[in-house]
Amino acid sequence: MQGAGHAVCLGPDIDTDLVIAGRYLRTKDHSVWVSHVFEDLDPSLAGHLNGAVIAAGKNFGCGSSREQAALALREAGVVAVIAPSFARIFFRNAINVGLPAIECSLSCAEGEYIRFDLADGWVEAGASRHLIRPLSPRMRDILAAGGLVNYWRTHR
Amino acid sequence: MSTLSERILGAPAGEYVDRKVDRAYVHDGTGVLTLETWKLMGAEQLSDLPQLYVLFDHIVPANNSTTATLQHELREFACGSFLQFSDIGGGICHQLMSEGVVLPGEVVVGADSHSCTPGAFGAFATGVGATDMAAIWLNGETWFRVPDTIGIHLSGSLCSGTEAKDLALSYVSRLGMDGGTYSALEFIGDGVKTLPMDDRLTLCNLSVETGAKTGMFYADDVTVKYLAAAGQKAGVQVPEPCTYSRELEFDLADIVPLIAVSNRVDRVKPVQDLAGVSVDQVFIGTCTNGRYSDLARLAKIVKGRKVAIRTIVVPASRAVLAEAIRTGVLADIIEAGCAIGTPGCGPCLGAHMGVLGDGEVCLSTANRNFKNRMGVGGEIYLSSVATAAASALSGEITEPGAD
Repeated sequence: MQGAGHAVCLGPDIDTDLVIAGRYLRTKDHSVWVSHVFEDLDPSLAGHLNGAVIAAGKNFGCGSSREQAALALREAGVVAVIAPSFARIFFRNAINVGLPAIECSLSCAEGEYIRFDLADGWVEAGASRHLIRPLSPRMRDILAAGGLVNYWRTHR
Repeated sequence: MSTLSERILGAPAGEYVDRKVDRAYVHDGTGVLTLETWKLMGAEQLSDLPQLYVLFDHIVPANNSTTATLQHELREFACGSFLQFSDIGGGICHQLMSEGVVLPGEVVVGADSHSCTPGAFGAFATGVGATDMAAIWLNGETWFRVPDTIGIHLSGSLCSGTEAKDLALSYVSRLGMDGGTYSALEFIGDGVKTLPMDDRLTLCNLSVETGAKTGMFYADDVTVKYLAAAGQKAGVQVPEPCTYSRELEFDLADIVPLIAVSNRVDRVKPVQDLAGVSVDQVFIGTCTNGRYSDLARLAKIVKGRKVAIRTIVVPASRAVLAEAIRTGVLADIIEAGCAIGTPGCGPCLGAHMGVLGDGEVCLSTANRNFKNRMGVGGEIYLSSVATAAASALSGEITEPGAD
């Protein structure tokens, strides 16, 4: 699986309350999450996520298990989230909704063009290429299917 | 020669396993998305393998028509599909699982990050998102990476005026917000036998605040006795020599009253250092500290006195509330001027009640103090029940006295 996008750089320990606040969770209208994504972190971020690769610090997605955090990013057009480490529930949620979550220590500048190839196992920021920690075979299959819903629709 | 996680999951740390789930639960928040996703998977019937529960606790009662409509749909589904269902007022999902439901050795999965809580019974209990839970509804199983384990050695016993919550904040501070990521925490050592089940539940509850997959105690005589009182038979689990990825040691006698300062659970300071900070609201409750022993401790401190600031008390379950009524604990709390909420999560998640105003400070017995969690511009400090009670009486952060 390959992808590319402009970098949106974030700090460490971004919790899922910051990705989408609890006050916006009670709806089936996914566009609500897209409108309010990262509102408590930086309200201007929502407008820059379409086609973005989020390059975050360690422990991205800590806190609440709310899957709306992964959905909000996917539906806002985020191509992938790259971080040195993820909170485990967010990591599973992201893969389960078809959003690549890539474990990699990456130094990059805001807006820089980032490319990745999960099959080959690398991320490129500018001229520098970084190796990534590979997904487990099961997670690779889930992501390749576009998420766990499609995975089980075809594996039953 | 295994850790408790390795023993229950049946494989060494680092391996991936598919495991049948014994119990799986959702609440009104995550259940809506689980149901929607389960339908998308093309499912026609629920897996008959695990015990499946739908437990309403997050926004109870519903705060507006949108929430009520979503809850209505989930309630109809739960009742129509013969899922085990607890409606508003029953209590917090993790608490209900801890009232004689989860048993040692089980694999328990909840669609909530604090589903690590019933690990206190010697179960492998962990949180997942809605889609993973939908797949469990579908198949009755899920995959796990068997975690490595951090051994937390406890010795001695807690001093008067300190609580398991202070110990919990202490280990979170030591490990940091990601120090336990992908790992299990095992609480072991001579100090364990001094900790009743309520304390163990508090300690396991905060394990996810280090990123850990779960927190666990080996079932011992305390566990067996607690479960017997709830009508359940269980045996003890004997620890065997095993390899920990990391080990921490705590002498419980060294623990002092602590507070996690806004906006990080690992930003922990002695209460003494924050004494005098003005507080607008005190909140006592949640899956961390809303159990009967917590309410009893609160009552003991506020009995015959009046709180100086608004104080919200939310029992963790109907059983907790009923016991507090039966023993007179609730009357002491009400007469001291506290407001009582419907058993459930209460203001912890900032989605309906007890929300903070801009610039307001809440001292809470919950487990998260993230930015804006309880209201935009509000600040959250986390403490024990005793610290919260002493501070409610004075209106400012106050170190609790000895019992």
